[in-house]
This record gives sequence, structure tokens and C-alpha cells, in this order.
Amino acid sequence: MPLLDVRDLSVTFARRGQRTVRAVDGVSFGVHAGEVVGLVGESGCGKSVTSLAIMGLLPKQRGVTIDGVADFDGTDLLKTDARAMRDIRGRDVAMIFQDPLSSLNPVVPIGVQVTEVLTRHRGMRGEAATKEATALLDRVGIPDPARRLKEYPHQLSGGMRQRALIAMAVACKPRLLIADEPTTALDVTIQAQILELLKELVRDSGTALIMITHDLGVVAGMCDTVNVLYAGRVIENARRKPLFYEPRHPYTTGLLRSVPRLDAGRGTPLNPIRGSVRDVLPWPDGCAFAPRCDRRVDACVGEPPALVVGYDGHGYRCVNPTPQGAQP
Amino acid sequence: MSTKIDKIDRLSELSAAKDDERGVSLWTEAFRRLRRNPAAITGAVILLLFVIVAILGPILAPFTPTDPSGIREGVVKSGQGIIPGPTGDHWLGYDHQGRDFFSRMLVGARQTLLVGVISTLIGLTIGALIGGVAGAAAGLGGRVGRWIDVVLMRIVDMLLALPSLLLAVSIAALLGASLTTVMIAVGMVSVPVFARLLRGSMLAQAGGDYVLAATSLGVKRNTIALTHILPNSLAPVIVQATLTLATAIIEAAALSFLGLGNPDSAIPEWGVMLADAQPYLGIRPGLAIWPAAAIIVTALGFTLLGEALREALDPKLRK
Repeated sequence: MPLLDVRDLSVTFARRGQRTVRAVDGVSFGVHAGEVVGLVGESGCGKSVTSLAIMGLLPKQRGVTIDGVADFDGTDLLKTDARAMRDIRGRDVAMIFQDPLSSLNPVVPIGVQVTEVLTRHRGMRGEAATKEATALLDRVGIPDPARRLKEYPHQLSGGMRQRALIAMAVACKPRLLIADEPTTALDVTIQAQILELLKELVRDSGTALIMITHDLGVVAGMCDTVNVLYAGRVIENARRKPLFYEPRHPYTTGLLRSVPRLDAGRGTPLNPIRGSVRDVLPWPDGCAFAPRCDRRVDACVGEPPALVVGYDGHGYRCVNPTPQGAQP
Repeated sequence: MSTKIDKIDRLSELSAAKDDERGVSLWTEAFRRLRRNPAAITGAVILLLFVIVAILGPILAPFTPTDPSGIREGVVKSGQGIIPGPTGDHWLGYDHQGRDFFSRMLVGARQTLLVGVISTLIGLTIGALIGGVAGAAAGLGGRVGRWIDVVLMRIVDMLLALPSLLLAVSIAALLGASLTTVMIAVGMVSVPVFARLLRGSMLAQAGGDYVLAATSLGVKRNTIALTHILPNSLAPVIVQATLTLATAIIEAAALSFLGLGNPDSAIPEWGVMLADAQPYLGIRPGLAIWPAAAIIVTALGFTLLGEALREALDPKLRK
């Protein structure tokens, strides 16, 4: 039984006068305690909407419809009311966002923002809260934490800001952490440090981590299992190794082929996937990737491809998958 | 060898200087840039001068501002159109009731500034209260919040729909002519401006990433509104307050001019003095020009400072 079990999650945005957008379409995946699960895909594939839906952070207004189940240790997060959800957020489930600068309040010192979480969920105040906040900053590798607590976000470097946000997210030892592209806004060297820190936290505390990213390198370095999203659907899910060595969905294959290789000779052309993510089918059934797919057959446009589950739970939605053993 | 020690000293000085820069908030930073802005300095100097005059006015005044000595001594005969101009003793001459005009100008500064500041504070307090509640409700309160916002803002729209002077005149007519009335009337006129400004600013902040981040940590909505959204939304309101101070003084003068201010013209106030000068404009234009100039320069001081403050607080211009 996974810690978080997402089944058939669908999110649609409807606006008067505009076409209804189904941003997430029947997404299912599970996250076990201590496991790192990747949600991979390009911009607009529904990664962030999935995580916001699980967190209950999508605006509750007319036109936004959320269906499905997100079973978190027996509680369906999608059906929990707003008040209870506020208690769960930060205590049991926490999230780290993409841009550390804009995710911190510019006019409030770091210390206030860290202790705020401690006060809210652990009832800590004054001296005790400051002490715990110092310990937290120290734990995420911020040097001279006592002094940093008094500083404002703009005085911290990008990596340190992200560390501070991670400190806030893990302040109450949540059982599930969602990291939405936590390294996208950072330098490559800092990226590696932040990923290392996240890995350490997961290993030490047994926190489950959902890693949302478009960076295959991050996936290769971090994730135990991977879900590849395309146009709001999970089109392939597998453990890390099978996904990298034997991708079955042509989209995953294409993604891996398009990664530039160091051992390729000079002047070797890159292998992009043709078209763009906007070239989806104008009708909802059928495989959304079909217009860009090299392995397209007539059956692709008929109905949504069913999930085929192969060896060791390797699942993919494709009627004409990349043959096994083909070099990606 | 000594140069090396010098260098080490210099280095520790540098790092000490860097330590001073720690904990620099938005406001400290803004103040720092304000000090470098010549327009801000000019505005501040003007205002400082007027504030000093407002405080020390009665002491500085060479004559009693309420004493009709000109009439007693027979120098002023306003009925026959005789109002003497500047002399060695009376730098700005007499007013129509034979009182020393320069003394009245000095003493009048206090009333005028007081009217400006208090009426702006009235407008700011009520406006910020309405706007803050509406902004927080609209940004975080869900469906109920949006209703609260709609109701509050329609009330504000009604205030905004009336021409400001008409609104002020009707409030003044309702409460009877007095200085308090003028302050309330002028304050009410600026309520919609502050309300809309703070609401809009808070609404913009409510969509910010740091609000989403705080929400994702389960921080309560009241806390988010008060410690996160509000401090980030205040900058435009504070700037607007300095600009409103300028218009408040002019509007208060207009109300006094229309006879809705303090009926007791013994206590000098620039707006009232301007109104009193009306019948004698042809004989002694100075009676109107001096108070008018004083009002304009005060307004200019506030405007200069306000504009500079706006620039200093604008995050897009920050380096």
C-alpha cells in the first residue's frame, strides 16, 4: 500500500467562450514512503497542475473541475475540506517551488518565515522557535544560521534561498514532499548541491518525494520510479533503469535520443522530436503524441491507447511501441 | 611589512562595512536611495521649514495675529479701501481687519498643515481598512470573500462617483461649518482612492509565488494576509498618502474659501485668509497671493517627496 495513491486524477479548466482544457487526464501513480518518484514532461504537460491538485492549491472556482482520488494514508486529499487541508499542508505534505526568490516574502526576514511554520504546526514560540529555526537552517547546510535568520531574501544567494525554502518545507518532518522543478532557477553547480541535499533528507527521514522536472539528468540521478507525462496523461511509467535502457513509448525514446551526447563526434546533428507540444490531436480520443510520432499507425488516432503493463510493472500507453532492445 | 598590515586592516574594515549592510530591509534601502535624490531633499527641506514655522509660528510672529491694531490706530480703513501694504514694521502689511498679515501667515501654517495631515490620516485609515479587508477577502477568502469584496467596493464606487468637491460640500453642509468638518470632508474624499489602491495592490500580491508557498506550508489565511500580503502592498499607499497631503491642503483651502471652514476667522488659516482676501483683490492682491503661494509651495514639497518616495520604493528601479 503506497503512502500516496493517485488514481484517475483529472483536472479541467473551463472558461466561457473558450475551449475547455483538460490539463490532467486520468493520471495514476503511487508513492511509497522513502521513495523518490519522478514526474517528467515538457512545459504544459500537466506536471505542476497535478502537484497543485494533490496539495489542494488549485483555485476553487467555477470552471475548475478536479476528479479522481489522491489517497494519502487513508485520507482522500481531493475530498478534504479547506480547513482540514490547511492543517495537513506543511505538517504532513509540503511543497518546494521552482523560483526561490519569488517564493520568499521580500519584506520579511527569513527567520520570521521559518518560525511561522513552526508556530503554526508545532506550537513553538519565541526562544524555542528561534532555536529550532537555527537548527533547521543548519541542517539544510546554510552557514552561520543564527545570523541568516535576521536577513532578508534578497541578501541570500539563489542556492541559499532554495535551502531556506527546503528548511521551511521539512520543518515539520512531512511524510510527503513535492518538489516542483526545485533546481530550474539555479546554476548547475548549485543544482547538484540542492539535489544532494534533497536526497540526503529523503534518506535520513524516510520522507517520500515527488520530483517534478523536465530534466532527464535529474531523473537519472534521483528517482526510483519515473512517470513520463505528455498532454496530461502518463504515457510511460517504469523504474529508473528500465526507463532509461529500454524505453517503450516513442515519446520517451525521442526524449532520450534528443539528449546531446558527449561521446558523439563534432558536428553530429542533434535529434530533436519534430513538431511542438502544441501539435495535439484536435479530438480528445487517440494518442496525443500521434502528430509528432515516427511510429504512428492508423490505430493511433482511434481511441486512447490502453495501458500495457510489461515486465516488472513497466507500463506504457502505445499501440506501436519502440521494440525492446532498440538502442535509445 | 607595514603595507601588508595596512592591507589586512583595510580588509577587516571592508568586511566590517559589509556586516553593516546585513539586515537591510526594503524600507532602509528605500530611505538610502531617497537621500541621494535631489528632488526628495528639496521636498524634505521645504516641508521641514514649514513644520518649523508651524511649531514656532506664535513665537516667531512679531505681532499678535488676532489684534486689530491697524483699525485701532486708524491706519486701516477697509470700508474706504485703505489697507496699507508692506512697511518696515509690518513686512506684509495689514489685512482688512487691521491685523498684521505676516504674523497671520506664520501662525496660519499650523492650522493648514494640521488640516492636511489629519484629513489625510482620516482618509488613509478608513480607506486602508476598507481596502485591506476587501483585498484580503478577495485574494484569500474564496467565494464568500469575493462577495465581501464586491459589496465593499460598490460602496467605495458610490463615493467615487460623486465629484470630490460636491461630496466635501455636502458633508460639510451636513455637519455644519467648522474645522473638524473640513478635515472629515476632505478625508472622506480620499477614502475611495486609498481603498481601491490597497485592494488592488493586495490582490496583485495574493497571486504571488510566496503566498502560494506560504499556503503550501499550511500558514493560516489571517497570518498570510497580515504578515505577507499587507507589508508588500503598503508602498503605493504610503506614496499616495504624501500626494494626498498636498491635495488635502488645497481642498481644505477650497472649502474654507467657500465658507465651510472655521467660521471664526480670528484663528488664521491660509484657506480662510485666501477667502477673506476676495473683496480686496483689486486693492491689495498681496492678501491673496501670499497665502496662495504658501499653499502651493507646501503642496509642492509634499508632491516632490511623494514622487521621490514612489521612485525609491519601485522594485523595478531598485538595483
